Amino acid sequence: MAAEGGEGETQQKEETKRHTYPLIRTSDMNEEIKTECMELCVTACEKFSQNNENAARMIKETMDKKFGPTWQVIVGEGYGFFIEHQVKSLLYMFFGGTTAIIVWKCA
Amino acid sequence: MPNKGGVEKKPVQPVINGSVAAQRRISQLPRNSIMGNFRDDEQDFGNMPDLSDEALRPVRPDDQLKLTEAELNEEHTRILTARNPQAAENIVRYSYKDRLFKPIPHVDQLAVHFQLDGNLILRDSDEGRRQVARDGGEYTIEEEDEASTPEAESTEEKTTQDGEDEDDEKPVESSATNGKTKKLTNQFNFSERASQTYNNPCRDRETFVEQTPRAVFSDNVSQWAIFDAYNEDFDLQQKAKEKENKKSSTKKDDDRKKKFVATDLSGDDMAKFARSKSASISLKIIERMINQNTFDDIAQDFKYWEDAADEYREQEGSLLPLWIFQYDLTKKLACTNLAWNSQYSDLFAVAFGSYDFLKQTRGMFLVYSLKNPSFPEYIFQTESGVMCLDFHHHHPNLLCCGFYDGSVAVYNVADEQKRPKYQSTARNGKHTDPVWQVRWQKDDLDGNLNFYSISSDGRVVCWTLVKSDLMYADIVQLKLEKPATEPNETLPLATLGCGTCFDFNKQQDYLFIVGTEEGKIHKCSKSYNNQFLDTFDAHHMAIYAVRWNTFHPKIFLSCSADWTVKVWDINYKVPLFTYDLGSAVGDIAWAPYSSTVFAACTADGKVFVFDLNVNKYEPLTEQIVVQKKRTKLTHITFNRNHPIILAGDDRGNVISLKLSPNLRKKPKVKKGQDVAEGTEGESVKLDKILALIRDPDDVKSKGVPTQQTSTTPIPTTN
Repeated sequence: MAAEGGEGETQQKEETKRHTYPLIRTSDMNEEIKTECMELCVTACEKFSQNNENAARMIKETMDKKFGPTWQVIVGEGYGFFIEHQVKSLLYMFFGGTTAIIVWKCA
Repeated sequence: MPNKGGVEKKPVQPVINGSVAAQRRISQLPRNSIMGNFRDDEQDFGNMPDLSDEALRPVRPDDQLKLTEAELNEEHTRILTARNPQAAENIVRYSYKDRLFKPIPHVDQLAVHFQLDGNLILRDSDEGRRQVARDGGEYTIEEEDEASTPEAESTEEKTTQDGEDEDDEKPVESSATNGKTKKLTNQFNFSERASQTYNNPCRDRETFVEQTPRAVFSDNVSQWAIFDAYNEDFDLQQKAKEKENKKSSTKKDDDRKKKFVATDLSGDDMAKFARSKSASISLKIIERMINQNTFDDIAQDFKYWEDAADEYREQEGSLLPLWIFQYDLTKKLACTNLAWNSQYSDLFAVAFGSYDFLKQTRGMFLVYSLKNPSFPEYIFQTESGVMCLDFHHHHPNLLCCGFYDGSVAVYNVADEQKRPKYQSTARNGKHTDPVWQVRWQKDDLDGNLNFYSISSDGRVVCWTLVKSDLMYADIVQLKLEKPATEPNETLPLATLGCGTCFDFNKQQDYLFIVGTEEGKIHKCSKSYNNQFLDTFDAHHMAIYAVRWNTFHPKIFLSCSADWTVKVWDINYKVPLFTYDLGSAVGDIAWAPYSSTVFAACTADGKVFVFDLNVNKYEPLTEQIVVQKKRTKLTHITFNRNHPIILAGDDRGNVISLKLSPNLRKKPKVKKGQDVAEGTEGESVKLDKILALIRDPDDVKSKGVPTQQTSTTPIPTTN
């Protein structure tokens, strides 16, 4: 039983390792903006892997500088949301197997 | 009469009786009143214009509206309102709160014609006092310049002081005294210059921007949703990867490798993980569970449903369709054989090939389990169509099969590699025509596994698995009997008939019967090579199957393309029963639980079930089981433990049917009578029936011995 449990754990770890690449779930941005935003989110989450708030802050401020004011960002592992966003300014992605990041613009 | 001289046209304001009320224009007053007024007040107003005078009549411009007297006398009321006639009446604005365009409730009626911003500040206000304090001296100096002004302003100060608090008097006085001290500044050399640049007039402009397009988005984030999304994406990537591997152009690979670096590693790991044993067990369990849930109603039927109508129909039964086993790759292939596993009663193998002589393609055989109707447990692909297969009774993983190209092979079902363990080759005694049937036999004296095969090239061959080789030995050659009319040739050519089926007697292993394409059944023995023990002219067309009865050692069935099924006794040349089923009969099978029940399937998609105990001449059930028309049923077989039949058709489907209770009857037990169970009882039962139809004078018919060495019947793999 213990051996099987151990095996299960290692398998789980392997699985979590595999599912760490950034996976875009929904996005209606242009290609360039999308890739840039995704890179930014990955960088932010890797840098602030312990603190979601700081990661979100970094993403939001950089997006404001680059693409114009009033971006909103949420970084977390379990939440529900209902938002209104400007068309062509939404990115919803998963990263790291556990975190979900949503970035949208709404003036 | 008013004085004519010195008339001046003055705008006359008829002030009647000194009252100022209702000031109206002269032209609006009725003429009579004007005249009347003038006349009344002629003493007051000296020079009044004489309107009767031509010259004094008021000059009207040509385009003035000409009104009649009546119209002129009409009274029009004019009301002065505070409305701005230039302002719009219905301004609509977008309300962000309500998300729609709403009319403004109150339109601004203020029209500004002229605006001039002044810069006078009340002296006693905060700002005024601040300014006074800031430039107090200059202020009082200016006062001194003008002679009159200090006095006037001091009086002003005083007058303003009247209405003020006493507290203010002191600072004003102090400022005045301060100012007085500052008076000593040189006023002649000091000159103040100020100039005002031109201030461009400002104009307010406002505009309303069209709102930016918005959209709403919502979702729920949870760990399992994330995980599922990754898995989905991963699967998509795997598929894409496979497609690219098939294309396999090296130049393109370089570009794509960059994209796939991240996922390649994960792909291999996932595949390994999925194939690892522990995962496969749990995956299998989950697959079974899902299947059970999906086919829940069928599983319930399989276990518990009994046709209630059978109570009312003595001589009829029915077949309830249960699962249908389908597989994508077999849709174009015909089911050529069915075989149940000897040890696992839910496992069965289906062979797929093609009966079409011209269209011969690859074949395959699948091993299904009843617990998983949606996907086969094992899939084996072969180069040519598989025409027959058989599970070994002691080794449930060994399966021998015969192919359309005449070769035979032995597979280990549990083998990962899906290649045959042994295969016969052209040098190794392979048949030259399709192999129609194979059967495992008991291990020979050396303990080697062996099986028999029969094919259209007229040979019955015994194959032995010796260590790693397949050795063959011709057992019988089906020689055709030359018809007597043929002239004797110098070289007697021995022609061989085409064997299509065979079956070994359950009790006497060396005895077997062979059916041929010419319609003959030969009784043979393993010991005699050249000769048949007996021959029956059974049918007019090819015989598709011969089967010994499960319990009775002397009865067998045969079915043929000439639409008939015949029941034989080995000792008689004449069939005991003949049934015409209306279409070519593909296969027959005896029931494992009763010696009098058998089933047949035909090319028009029907399954017939007979019970000789109940009705000797008509089937208990005649039922179409195929879903599409013009599907032929090719094979049929009973399950050993469960009351179900499998029927395979030529579209690659295998249908399972449940037998209704009437079809599974055991004869009624009369009280006080001991009914012998098992093989003896069954064969007794059959004998009773047969005795009824046999000629009572026929010596051989009487007393078919039931006391035989009761060997336990080898479990059939029908």
